[in-house]
Amino acid sequence: MSLNTADVKRIAHLARIEISESEAEATLHKLSGILGLIEQMQAVDTTGIAPMSHSQDVTQRLREDVVTKTNQREAFQKIAPAVENGLYLVPKVIE
Amino acid sequence: MEQRLAGHFAHPDPEGLRVMINSSLKQLGAMLAGKQISSVELTQAFLKRIESHNPDINAYITVDAEKSLAQAAAADRLIAGGKAGAMTGIPVAQKDIFVASGWRTTCGSRMLENFIGPYDADIIERFDAAGAVNLGKTNMDEFAMGSSNETSYYGAVKNPWDRTRVPGGSSGGSAAAVAARLCAAATGTDTGGSIRQPASLCGLSGLKPTYGLVSRYGMIAFASSLDQAGPMAKSCEDMALMMNVMTGFDERDSTSLQREREDYTRGLQQFEGRERPLAGLRVGLPKEYFAEGLDASVAKVVQQAIDEYRKLGAEIVDISLPNTQLSIPVYYVLAPAEASSNLSRYDGVRYGHRAAQYDDLMDMYCKTRAEGFGAEVKRRILIGTYVLSAGYYDAYYLKAQQIRRLIAEDFAKAFRQCDIILGPTAPSTAFRAGEKADDPVAMYLQDIYTIAVNLAGLPGMSIPAGFAEVDGKQLPVGLQVIGNYFDEARMLNVGHAYQQVTDWHQRMPEGI
Amino acid sequence: MEWEVVIGLETHAQLQTRSKIFSGASTTYGAEPNTQACEISIALPGVLPVLNKEAVNCAIRFGLAVDAEIAPVSVFARKNYFYPDLPKGYQISQYELPVVGKGALTIQVGDTEKTIRITRAHLEEDAGKSVHGAAEGMSGIDLNRAGTPLLEIVTEPDMRSAAEAVAYAKKLHELVQWIGICDGNMQEGSFRCDVNVSVRPKGSDKLGTRREIKNLNSFKFMQQAIEYETRWQIETLEDGGKIEQATVLFNPDTGETRAMRSKEEANDYRYFPDPDLLPLAISEADKAAVKATMPELPQAMQARFVSEYKLSAYDASTLTSSRAIAAYFEATVAAFVGEAKLAANWVMGSVAAKLNEEDKDISASPVSAMQLAGLLKRIADNTISNKIAREVFDAMWAGEGDADAIIEKKGLKQVTDSGAIEAIIDEVLAANAAMVEEYKAGKEKAFNALVGQCMKASRGKANPSQVNELLKKKLS
Repeated sequence: MSLNTADVKRIAHLARIEISESEAEATLHKLSGILGLIEQMQAVDTTGIAPMSHSQDVTQRLREDVVTKTNQREAFQKIAPAVENGLYLVPKVIE
Repeated sequence: MEQRLAGHFAHPDPEGLRVMINSSLKQLGAMLAGKQISSVELTQAFLKRIESHNPDINAYITVDAEKSLAQAAAADRLIAGGKAGAMTGIPVAQKDIFVASGWRTTCGSRMLENFIGPYDADIIERFDAAGAVNLGKTNMDEFAMGSSNETSYYGAVKNPWDRTRVPGGSSGGSAAAVAARLCAAATGTDTGGSIRQPASLCGLSGLKPTYGLVSRYGMIAFASSLDQAGPMAKSCEDMALMMNVMTGFDERDSTSLQREREDYTRGLQQFEGRERPLAGLRVGLPKEYFAEGLDASVAKVVQQAIDEYRKLGAEIVDISLPNTQLSIPVYYVLAPAEASSNLSRYDGVRYGHRAAQYDDLMDMYCKTRAEGFGAEVKRRILIGTYVLSAGYYDAYYLKAQQIRRLIAEDFAKAFRQCDIILGPTAPSTAFRAGEKADDPVAMYLQDIYTIAVNLAGLPGMSIPAGFAEVDGKQLPVGLQVIGNYFDEARMLNVGHAYQQVTDWHQRMPEGI
Repeated sequence: MEWEVVIGLETHAQLQTRSKIFSGASTTYGAEPNTQACEISIALPGVLPVLNKEAVNCAIRFGLAVDAEIAPVSVFARKNYFYPDLPKGYQISQYELPVVGKGALTIQVGDTEKTIRITRAHLEEDAGKSVHGAAEGMSGIDLNRAGTPLLEIVTEPDMRSAAEAVAYAKKLHELVQWIGICDGNMQEGSFRCDVNVSVRPKGSDKLGTRREIKNLNSFKFMQQAIEYETRWQIETLEDGGKIEQATVLFNPDTGETRAMRSKEEANDYRYFPDPDLLPLAISEADKAAVKATMPELPQAMQARFVSEYKLSAYDASTLTSSRAIAAYFEATVAAFVGEAKLAANWVMGSVAAKLNEEDKDISASPVSAMQLAGLLKRIADNTISNKIAREVFDAMWAGEGDADAIIEKKGLKQVTDSGAIEAIIDEVLAANAAMVEEYKAGKEKAFNALVGQCMKASRGKANPSQVNELLKKKLS
């Protein structure tokens, strides 16, 4: 799978990372190297092998439906970039 | 005696200090219990060492003497009241990946430069409950992505054995802090080798436990299905004490395993003083771990260590882990994929860095993340985003998960032939700063022997096995010990038996 | 050309749990912004999700209610996209393996029944809310709702008109409340529908390009939106245009739909299994435990009402439109011990009318089922007529007491003493000689008028059949 700078820019946008033309060039080179490394996998026949998401064969534990959290807005918003009246402020959201 | 020693630490004379900084956790515990030294004095002594050595080594990102000393004073009260445990009053460095209430927690990133933890990670709670002293937050590769500690926004960490070289990564700050005796012990995290490789490069002991033994709650996520915290210390005996604090079920982490609590120190004494303490132990040597790519100087040291094990009575078995080579590509699909998603929360909305100037919401996101993340983190986010994007999932992510199973099965087969696996931790000794910084693929190959352990979720450990001479310098070499699931106690025993007949783990870098 | 509209629905039902799906934060509606946003709700670094058992039980209840497959193992996945109300930058949802599989819901449109196939239902977390105009040029983010459990219920494209879609939505709305998994409050957003609409030439079996109308929170708007959208798509195609796949919003003020500002890579959600959560296992025993707590389902209850109470299908369906109404009806019948049809008529008639008038839920009815039964007993034993009963009912509604007390106090008891009735008839006959003549001349109508006069003279209390009988005797 070979990438071009347009791909790099598309992926960067999907990941919400600003990237300049020259950065895209440099990144392309490095990403291609990494993808070359990854490409080794394609030689392996994995037909019929179940994918492994977790190392232990255990299932999800369930939590009782109990309210355990209290209001910590003040503590949490002390480290927020911009708040007003208890709301986190962001540039206008357009739908 | 009491007076004399106390005098040494209050106004440290070179000999007293030397004794103290090289003492095992058990010895420190005894000194504290015997009131030969107070936790405040011990903490002050380490803080002083940090003050003088850290500007050069850069092992710590954040030190807060006031907080540490308050904890030490509290520990002294516990000791005075006869309520001390094994770790009470002992100063431990915490990797800056653990959120700690009131402590700046940066994860090595500009993104979290001003992030003051509003809660405690499970690990932090456990050390607090044990009465240990948080000595400070150690440097690390940004978001734990790196094998050299050069990706930290807070500057590279120097290897105390040779300051022109890297300490390894990502827990490089913790490794350097232990090696330079800037703490009694430290915590690390290991996603693909981040405890073991720096332990190897800095000449200390580091253990990555079975996935699920240590809670991930409050440990900033890199690759959730692989991340696991563990101890970094001078010896296996010290690590056993650390494990007793760190492990245990946590209901806040869905992947935390519900198991009976273990005392990891329980078997340590059984081998002491015995002639062939490891008789009956089957040690597997994977042929793939001794193939091309391993530095000859490292191979030689590892071989000597294996010979030592033979002398200790172990039976050596040749085994094969045929998919070893594939662990790197699999890892570099799965870890970046999970990371790309885990790091999406850093968007400048609720905490962390936000770009100063932007046109609109989209621009705020893109600039915030471009500024807040360093080059390696961005590369991994891009790789992860790419492999998960429409049309590529099956070829990359799914395929990698399938091969992950093959890799885990390799180990399952191997553990039918042997009890424990030995091999090198890293293919080389510490490399020079900047040497691989511009070549991600070369950097990634550092983890060739460690990654498969994370993929399988097995416990892995690195212990000092000697030194290799490189360019006229003696550089530490680590021996990797891989155990079956939940076999940490045995691994620690096996390491301890070796540390009873060798003194590599007691060596200290010059000028420290 | 004749066109056919094809409609499928995706409904988000907020589940009635006390705490959020992956954290112990409260789900109570209407709190001050971000006061119910714990460290997990705001996605602080290092926090992790743990699944709420009650949310899983709600999903099982729904699966049982629509006769669906409940997956023995289902998986949570991350749906990745950036939005300020989505704190983690991904939504935890289910993708390849949902908890509830194929099921069905039968709806009634006019006289015809139709079965709508349910494709799947999966658990996921809700996002927060953007508050506009919080500050100049800014939006404010409130994460109280972030992490509230949702069940997303997806249908096959089985509906062929706005009416069918609305009938399905209403039926589903009734059902989720019936089984106690959702409060159904559409104003508060507890039940929201996304409607996929496409059109195709009638007779074609190929699906047209669909547009998705997002976030409809009333049945009226749903009807309007689908009708508008259908017309718009047909007109666009007839004008030679092409339908582009899009997400559209309905503007209730203009009654129009319009496409949202397109997001270039809108659909690249990069789903993958959430490594922070393990596979969700549901055993037969788990299902049985939930089943044991399930109420009788509306469909079954409807059938029982027809056979047990000899009601019409229509009556049975109306009385089972909610569990509270059905319970009220059954309690009335049980206390009344009389003809169920009479109880049905009163519940669907006077009771429903009053509730409607005062916009009250049946649980808030001032007349209890026991009280209503007391009234029905007096109708059945001829103490009062149906007409007087309505007067008594109004008084009961106004809180004046039980039926018997009101009848007594107001002297509304029916007059059945033939002597007293004869006396009234005599008076009426004397006063209406002309009418008597007319009757005798063969005008049957005059008889009815005379009955009316008698009833009036008795202020409605005379037993009408007795009046009839005695009057006939007197005039013969």
